[in-house]
Amino acid sequence: MIVADLALYDLKSRLQQGLYLRTGPVVSCITSPHPLLAEGIALHYAGHAVETDFADFHVRIDRPRNLRRWYRPQVHFYFDDTPSFHPLPADQAFPMLEWGLNWCVSNHCHQYLIIHAAVLERNGKTLLLPAPPGSGKSTLCAGLAHSGWRLLSDELALIYPQSGHVVPLPRPVSLKNQSINVIRQFAPHAVFNQTVHDTIKGSVAHMRAPQSALDRAEETAAPGWIVMPRFEMGAAPQLHEISRARGMMALIENAFNFDLHGRKGFDTLGDFVDQCRCYTFTYGSLADAIAGCEQLVGS
Amino acid sequence: MKQDLLQHTLKDVSSTTQLSLRDWDLLIRQARSADLLARLAVLLQKAELLDTVPPQPKAHLESALVLAAAQNYAVLREVEHVQLTVNSLGLDLVLLKGGAYLVADLPAAQGRLFSDLDILVPQARLNEVEATLMLNGWATTHHDPYDQRYYRRWMHELPPMLHIRRMTVLDVHHAIVPATANLKPSSAALLAAAQPVPGHSGLRVLAPSDMVLHSATHLFYNEEFSHGLRDMSDLDLLLRHFMQADDFWITLLARARELGLIRPLHYCLRYCTQLFATPIPQAVLTEVQGLSKASAFMDKLWLKVLGSLHPTARDQGAAIAAQLLYLRAHWHRMPPWLLVYHLCAKSLRPRAKAEAN
Repeated sequence: MIVADLALYDLKSRLQQGLYLRTGPVVSCITSPHPLLAEGIALHYAGHAVETDFADFHVRIDRPRNLRRWYRPQVHFYFDDTPSFHPLPADQAFPMLEWGLNWCVSNHCHQYLIIHAAVLERNGKTLLLPAPPGSGKSTLCAGLAHSGWRLLSDELALIYPQSGHVVPLPRPVSLKNQSINVIRQFAPHAVFNQTVHDTIKGSVAHMRAPQSALDRAEETAAPGWIVMPRFEMGAAPQLHEISRARGMMALIENAFNFDLHGRKGFDTLGDFVDQCRCYTFTYGSLADAIAGCEQLVGS
Repeated sequence: MKQDLLQHTLKDVSSTTQLSLRDWDLLIRQARSADLLARLAVLLQKAELLDTVPPQPKAHLESALVLAAAQNYAVLREVEHVQLTVNSLGLDLVLLKGGAYLVADLPAAQGRLFSDLDILVPQARLNEVEATLMLNGWATTHHDPYDQRYYRRWMHELPPMLHIRRMTVLDVHHAIVPATANLKPSSAALLAAAQPVPGHSGLRVLAPSDMVLHSATHLFYNEEFSHGLRDMSDLDLLLRHFMQADDFWITLLARARELGLIRPLHYCLRYCTQLFATPIPQAVLTEVQGLSKASAFMDKLWLKVLGSLHPTARDQGAAIAAQLLYLRAHWHRMPPWLLVYHLCAKSLRPRAKAEAN
């Protein structure tokens, strides 16, 4: 069964008990009485499987038991009944779920080496975009996901040490500020929810993961390219190949749990980078950026 | 329905072969909240059952093993830093609890997660040790004058020290119970009996009996129990390991008498038997029972808080038991007049000083 099989009414009642939602290798049991959350899940996770028996994480988005339940209402994120993070305004319930689920994975799934990077795939090979916030990583990722690349994740590259492959974690792509309109114009058929303003990251909207990402969610991908993207208004596209050592350092700097894996982590990442070509990429428009990535596939 | 699957599983890991995926879901949650995921993974590994675990829960056990291995490595490195500093004063470093289990390579270190490092120093050298630690990057926490006085006059340890670059926390003890407590185990006796660790010169850990007595005293006179089941599991593993020596039980009982720690030992042996089926000789149990009585009421309280405290396992009674044991811990920790003074001071003083530490 997938989420789209449930009427909104059924979905809401499941969210009272706990909805076991599959995203790639992870199943999250989500509980929430919040109507915005049900609508967000119905929209963004329509094609995702609903499971029954086992959840990796039990999370709850709920209203507080104090005045802020009614007065300028807030929502809290509970990880297995323990309040985690600061409460947020109630209209940010869906972004809070997304951020919370990212935190669940990056803090608990140490069977993977986890890199803060967008990941896409072409011809079985991954394109990793490791970059700090603000570099344009998510915009490029959303653009590529609508240009013939398969989306694996816009946020978390899960490298499985035993296989050296990246495991897909298809989830909505988070876009901020101007990027929202850039992608709306670039891909008019892409599905968005309503933009939420005044979050800690500015205005935020989520774009539903393309169906191709869900259909092939169990298909892992081999090392391919590591590209450090940088958007610079008006810049001519410049794609520079860099040494693998620098590529490896970029992955380490953006890793969530490299320090936990010790020698094995170093070897895993070393083997991964050995099979990649590494680049820095400065560009001034999304069209240039996508053309640049296309160039990699041919080379 | 409330079900303490974690405690049941720790008593008999082979029962995991009967678990459904739904049961595993519950077990992983309970073990994670008790900081016992990695311990569970190690117990399953030792029983050669880890490979029988279904892939979904197994992933969490493997993740916990990665985390525990990384922590062990980090703690060993931290021990070296502390040791260099303490040794520079001509003192051997005496490690307590988790750090000691780890350097002594005891089974109780396996799958154990750490939040800080505990050391024991002679009270006469405490100022010197603190000053040297400060010169080497450790800074005191709790900058409030009342808290500083609370630790320094009445407690058995300095306010926790934080390393300003590595952000690691060090607890420097000069005794194993507060100075104001009604138990008075001799720190000099503990230090005198501390044993060298093969392969680590300048480093000592408490003698086996003392290690058990300290761990038990710490647990049964503490005011909070979020790690109660973890600490019980440590005690179970310590006892199972040390009992291989012929004279262990005789030494343990004699030492408990000498240090005045019969009661915590009684609780420890009693609840290890009940919770983990630790094979403690009946004669030993009978003897401690003869020396200190445990009321049925105390049994009820302890067994409530020494299980899993996850909402799926605990009932209303656990919260009430924890409250009562909290009061008991304070009662044993300070004489009544001081307790009244301390509680008034804590409740009347402004909240603003609650600094981040």
